[in-house]
Amino acid sequence: MTILFSVLLIFGAAFIGPMAAKYFRNVSGWVLALFPLTVFVYLLSYIPLVSGGEVFRESYTWVSYLGINLSFYLDGFSLMFALIVSGVGTFIMIYGGGYLGADPKLPRFYFSILLFMGSMLGVVLADNIIALFIFWELTSISSYLLIGYKHEKEESRKSALQALLITGSGGLVLLAGLILLGMMAGTMEISEMLSDPAVLADHPWYLGMLICILIGAFTKSAQFPFHFWLPGAMAAPTPVSAYLHSATMVKAGIYLLARLSPVISGTVEWTYIVTITGAITMLISAWLALAHTDLKKLLAYSTVMALGTLTMLLGMGHEYAVKAVAVFILGHSLYKGALFMVAGTIDHEAGTRDVTQLGGLRKLMPFTATFGCIAALSMAGIAPLLGFIGKELVYEAALSAAIFPMFFIFAAVAANVAVVATSAIVVLKPFFGEFKETPKKVHEAPVSMWIGPAFLSVLSILFGVLPFMIDGTLITKAAASIAGTPELVVSLSLWHGINAALILSVLTLLSGIGVFFLWDNFRSSKVMQGYDRVLGVAPKNGYEHTLNGILSFASAQTRFFQNGYLRYYLLTLITFFVVLTGYTIVAKTDMAMMLDFSDIMFYEWILAGVIITAAFAAVFASSGLVAIAALGVVGYSISLVYVLFSAPDLAITQVLVETLTVILVALVLVHIPKFQGYTAPSSKIRDGIIAAGAGLVVTLVMLAVLTLDFDPYMSEYFAENSYVVAYGRNIVNVILVDFRALDTFGEIVVLGVAGVGVYGLIKFGRKLHAKEGTNV
Amino acid sequence: MKSVILQTATRLIFPLLLVFSIFMFFRGHNEPGGGFIGGLVGAAAFVLFAIAFGTKVTRELLRIDPRIMVGWGLLFALLSGFISMWAGDAFFTGQWVFPVLFGNELHIGTPLIFDIGVYLVVVGFTLAVIFALEEETN
Repeated sequence: MTILFSVLLIFGAAFIGPMAAKYFRNVSGWVLALFPLTVFVYLLSYIPLVSGGEVFRESYTWVSYLGINLSFYLDGFSLMFALIVSGVGTFIMIYGGGYLGADPKLPRFYFSILLFMGSMLGVVLADNIIALFIFWELTSISSYLLIGYKHEKEESRKSALQALLITGSGGLVLLAGLILLGMMAGTMEISEMLSDPAVLADHPWYLGMLICILIGAFTKSAQFPFHFWLPGAMAAPTPVSAYLHSATMVKAGIYLLARLSPVISGTVEWTYIVTITGAITMLISAWLALAHTDLKKLLAYSTVMALGTLTMLLGMGHEYAVKAVAVFILGHSLYKGALFMVAGTIDHEAGTRDVTQLGGLRKLMPFTATFGCIAALSMAGIAPLLGFIGKELVYEAALSAAIFPMFFIFAAVAANVAVVATSAIVVLKPFFGEFKETPKKVHEAPVSMWIGPAFLSVLSILFGVLPFMIDGTLITKAAASIAGTPELVVSLSLWHGINAALILSVLTLLSGIGVFFLWDNFRSSKVMQGYDRVLGVAPKNGYEHTLNGILSFASAQTRFFQNGYLRYYLLTLITFFVVLTGYTIVAKTDMAMMLDFSDIMFYEWILAGVIITAAFAAVFASSGLVAIAALGVVGYSISLVYVLFSAPDLAITQVLVETLTVILVALVLVHIPKFQGYTAPSSKIRDGIIAAGAGLVVTLVMLAVLTLDFDPYMSEYFAENSYVVAYGRNIVNVILVDFRALDTFGEIVVLGVAGVGVYGLIKFGRKLHAKEGTNV
Repeated sequence: MKSVILQTATRLIFPLLLVFSIFMFFRGHNEPGGGFIGGLVGAAAFVLFAIAFGTKVTRELLRIDPRIMVGWGLLFALLSGFISMWAGDAFFTGQWVFPVLFGNELHIGTPLIFDIGVYLVVVGFTLAVIFALEEETN
């Protein structure tokens, strides 16, 4: 097995998924979980080698002259991420199968989520930045499908589009940044950039490149002011949120920053922009969570808080910070994945996920409650769970920040106070207290829906109590990759003695519990509602206003150009042609054209006379049929011209097209009203001038062509090679189907698309017209 | 339009036109003809049939929806490109085999598959549009 194969395996599974849903029904989730599980086990086998300091590279040539390869790079950091993607992914497949159960759209879910999983694996394993970008965009597209899963609901469609537009436009900016980076570094391979970090900071393009890459990462990872799309994306079914919005997709931005940080970090610009954006996001979103009562919204804002924390740490970039990043990513994926699944289970069993409607469920769903509580303890950062170690490291990092340490300590503590309160709300409210009647009769969920939280929360305890399980095997090399210093060693432990970080932890915990008890009054207070309006709702409204502005500009512009009158389309097209081509001919050529009528045979004169007469007859015809017949005469006469000048292919084609055109037009004529003399004389004169101009310009172009020396290179090449290379004597056809096959392919695609369009106009145009009035 | 003369004539001309269309298609390799011209002749045959006997009968005769024919055509054309890629060449580079049949060496290559694609797209497009217009007229 290779890295490429493991990525392809998941993509392949995406196409098997819908069938599996049909044949395995209730156990389809378990069956499909085998795919990510296989990848997970395969990746586990790399741990001994990677922790020993080895890195792995695989490369497949793609567009070699642009430096684009399908190459993969596996080091400590990408290994940790890939394990999270495949490991959490395994449980998501099981959970999703149980959660969606008999939903008829289950096959679609399997397809989209596996497509996403493969793309996400691609993002974290890619070595080539263009390959990484393509996987990156695939995650945006597949997450669009996943968020819009309940497509009957307008809210789902809107949120899906919102997430796509924000991450997608960020992605475009990112592409520019990555290309700049590749040009500056002289290579497209991340591994080569890492092994030879050329001094990019002094490059004149550095700031532009940095800003482009940061916009890409910040939009993807929902940093302020783009933070609103993530809570909006909670319209997705919960298995999707548990996967995309906790452990994977939203961390892609963090992954990218961490991956590239040895190459592009360390400058003043980096430190200020990244650290401060992260801190602001962390602080704002942690408290925004408390304005909501929807379990998923609470969790979504706390995820944004976590992403802000990670961004802040990456901005700092010192040793504590990179350690904290590695531990926090793992810890957060474990508890947040579990909590989202628990929230989904509550919603699934109770029929609501509003914490004010829930209470006392622990007796009815003991497993879910237990694992939910463990995960929440880890999120609150309570010893001895992994979340505690992560939070301690964050505090250590903030304490040793190079700039504004007091601000970062304050921000980190204040944000974590809100997180402690949030973790208390998400489990204490639904599981403890008095039992409240819920829309559905509550049962314990099936095993498929609590096995995921069980594994993830138990790992939170295990890694917290026995941190040596992860520090040498995973965290050390992951942190070393982010720092760009292979010799970095991380040794984790629960107890560091009584130090500043521990005191801050205790302070955080106590204040958090205090906030929790005040929450019911505090949430509905004017201050909190105003806070949510300004920082939660306003950015979203800003987005919507911008979007509506663009849409109304686009429709105004469309109404102006696409006015629906064929005559104006033709008028515009032909006028532009006459003006632009005419100007070019007059201004750019010497107009030394020869009018030489000496070698024209008499039958050629006759043919020309027929064509001109027929053309005038068409213009002055009194009925449509006469006009068509006259145009037919023009067409057939032109095919005779082709015959005279030995172009039999063209002649045959012209005759056939002419025949079919007459049939087509005859069919259309039935629908067109009889000729009426409505056109004003002034319009007729205008049209006549433009038509004459078009004729004149075409004539001039033809004459100008004749003045050029004919370069026989191409025609000689085709004549020589037609039979030798392509085994055909008809050069025209050989060019069409062999030498220039790509052009022909483009043409038949256009033909096919035009066919669909014409068919749609004929079949549905009238119906639409009737339905929507004139607005077609 | 019911016309005995037209219907009788069509019965005779229709198969001839089809054979001619296939003849034009294969002839295109060395003489004027090819997928585009062959496709137009083929489309003309079915249009004639539709004028004489109506689109319903013609659609049954054709068996395949012309719109789907366009899709198949594009697929064939694309396939010929992929064969080149599998063979390790650039997209749409002609690949050839030379089987000997009854003592004659034949030239069979991916451009032939490509041309079949062109043929199908042309026939499918023309018929889709003309049938739709005819059905709308009635």
